[in-house]
Amino acid sequence: MVNQLGNYSLYIALLISIFIIIKTSLSFRNSSNVLGGNIFSLISVQSLMVIISFLTLIYAFVTSDFSNETVYNNSHTAKPLFYKISGTWGNHEGSLLLWLLVLTIFLFLFTIDSKGLSQKYRTLTLFFQEIIIFGFLLFILFTSNPFANIFPIPSEGTGLNPILQDPALAIHPPILYLGYVGTSIIFSSSLGAIISGSINKSWASHIKRWVLISWVFLSIGILLGSIWAYYELGWGGFWFWDPVENVSLMPWLCLTALLHTVFTLEKRGTFQSWAIILSITTFSLSMSGTFLVRSGILNSIHTFANDPSRGVFILCFLFVLIFISIFIYFFYQKTITADPTKTFLISKETAVLINNLFMMFFLSVVLIGTVYPIFLEVINNEKISIGPPFYHKLMIPFLIPFLFFMAIGPNIKWIKDKIGKINLKEIFIFIISIVISYIFVSKFGVSYLLSLPLFIFSFFLFFVTIRDFFGKNINISQKISHFGFSLLILSILLNGVLAKEHSSNMRVGDEIKFLGKIIKFQKIEVIKKQNYQSLIGEFNIVDENNSLSLKPEIRIYDQPQTITSEADISSTIFADNFLVFNIIKNDGFYNVRYQIKPFMIWIWISVILISLGGILSLKKKNV
Amino acid sequence: MSKNIKLISIVLFTLFSFFILLKGLDKSNMYSPNIQKSKIDFNFKSKYLFSEDEVFLNELLNNEGWSLINIWASWCLPCRDEHVFLLNLKSTYKLSIIGINYKDDEKNAKQFLSELGNPYTNIITDPKGINSIELGAFGVPETYLIDNKSKVIIKKFIGPLDDNSFVELTKIIQ
Repeated sequence: MVNQLGNYSLYIALLISIFIIIKTSLSFRNSSNVLGGNIFSLISVQSLMVIISFLTLIYAFVTSDFSNETVYNNSHTAKPLFYKISGTWGNHEGSLLLWLLVLTIFLFLFTIDSKGLSQKYRTLTLFFQEIIIFGFLLFILFTSNPFANIFPIPSEGTGLNPILQDPALAIHPPILYLGYVGTSIIFSSSLGAIISGSINKSWASHIKRWVLISWVFLSIGILLGSIWAYYELGWGGFWFWDPVENVSLMPWLCLTALLHTVFTLEKRGTFQSWAIILSITTFSLSMSGTFLVRSGILNSIHTFANDPSRGVFILCFLFVLIFISIFIYFFYQKTITADPTKTFLISKETAVLINNLFMMFFLSVVLIGTVYPIFLEVINNEKISIGPPFYHKLMIPFLIPFLFFMAIGPNIKWIKDKIGKINLKEIFIFIISIVISYIFVSKFGVSYLLSLPLFIFSFFLFFVTIRDFFGKNINISQKISHFGFSLLILSILLNGVLAKEHSSNMRVGDEIKFLGKIIKFQKIEVIKKQNYQSLIGEFNIVDENNSLSLKPEIRIYDQPQTITSEADISSTIFADNFLVFNIIKNDGFYNVRYQIKPFMIWIWISVILISLGGILSLKKKNV
Repeated sequence: MSKNIKLISIVLFTLFSFFILLKGLDKSNMYSPNIQKSKIDFNFKSKYLFSEDEVFLNELLNNEGWSLINIWASWCLPCRDEHVFLLNLKSTYKLSIIGINYKDDEKNAKQFLSELGNPYTNIITDPKGINSIELGAFGVPETYLIDNKSKVIIKKFIGPLDDNSFVELTKIIQ
């Protein structure tokens, strides 16, 4: 009954969408003002309908209404309430409904936020956004309806994949989606702006907020996914260059480039075309990400359903949008008027351009690494997998100059500056960085690709961003974000270089020695929990000064029957002690992996700092 | 002019990507890396279906030639479809077919075999499904062709055997 309510509200939303598309396209002809009360209330009703259907689905999950097929396939009565709710978006149908929810809410907010801008631009943006909403509504209703019924009603559901039952992962999808879907508004708005010929400073300062919002959510979303992988998957890393991680990184790189471009456009009125291209690319990348993980073309934990018809739909829809935007871009390019003021080589504009070039380079590396295996398989029938060495080899040599430009770029003035400005202080910082890096690299015997220059420039950027905190010509949000980034690079480097690992098979009572520490497997306890059985191991790690007790866990879930291992991690500001164990066979042996991961916590903190910079920048009217 | 060339090349490239991805959708997406070389541990003990004795899977792979491991269950509908292929293999080729009865009820499993015939040389049980997962199974049915001498999985067939996989399989054996 309640189930039908959700279904019907989606149909109403679909009708509204069709109506708005027709109404707005008619208005282009007779250039009437359609954005009066009527259309706005229609948008509100549409958002409300989608909210209702989303709440209905949550309700079905909470009450374990197994007459709903989605609930039956992804829930179970024995699941804790929290995971019943998060199960709503832990599946293909529900996650698409969440996507739609964000689309409509963002449109609603955009319509309010854009009051005061030109009618034509607003109507066009509304038109494009409604096309996207329409496409997703069709997709949901006809290929993956979350409100499908099953009869006879089963008495029990099949359960949520236990790997997904984790707090970080419960909020990871909504946050990431806010970022992903936020790019749709940027896309629609840039198309609207190019047609209405209003790509100028005021458009930039308007769209800047939406870019920032998407960027902040995307950063936090990626962070949460990374934290989840670190704690839950038990591989002891935070980034694996897995295709699914890559598809979230690509829009992030593009959005970061766009962010800098939009700042420049706002200040100086240049890079109009480039801003449009980036807006289109960012959204296309977000959509491709959805396609790649949802169609089953890549196989991963995110691939909920492998129904080819769904893949074909998203693929066609994605390419229709890409074609529309390519043609619009080419036909309306002439509306872009260049800014007459001349820009010199040594200027902030150039620095932003360099930033963008590097971002595009990193983006292409990730893009090639992600889609190349798919292309190769289709063309050549050959299966390959591209791993971290590929990314490291291609990125590190370019990361070094990137770090250098990032250190000097923010201090360069707009329009024109002098090279001679480089002062003794910077040279001094550079020399200190060389000394520190040299001592460090030789002491720890690091032999990694280009390790010395990499360390030198990371330390250089780190010190420069710290010094910039005392300068006046950079705003506070930028200082925080850039400092966060330098911290991120430095902690990733230190983490990668100094990490130590030991893996062995142990029984209860066994002891091993590792780096002057003694790891002792004390005991194992079996506890029955609500929907799983838990084996808790107790390990003591003793060295000269102190002892540490870690309790990793193996969970054996009943519904569906799966075994997951939860690492136990003790974090300090210097290093994480990471311990995870797995069942081998039923002969009393367990595979125990102990890792020391230095500066792990700083990786999380730095990403939070980067996002914090974005949030602060949102609050200020003028950056 | 140059603008048109730009537009055309972008459109062509986009179309190209579109068709590649469209084609990619048809491909099987189960990536089992390095199947050819993967050496899997067959060293686990399991109970026979038709007796109370236990046996290591290893011991069943000790003759010359090929073995086929088939993971099946009486509750699995596709297993019924592929059964005729297994019976066919059994009668025409010199091949030891080892059945792993996955998460099944013994009575139902025996019923299934008496109804459809028994193609298996040996059947061992895997009531908890752990051994099958250790072998790399995603679900039932799955069939692995094993070279007994090197104890290497030569080919994995994910999902029920059909005409295509039957032809492929017989090609390898011959």
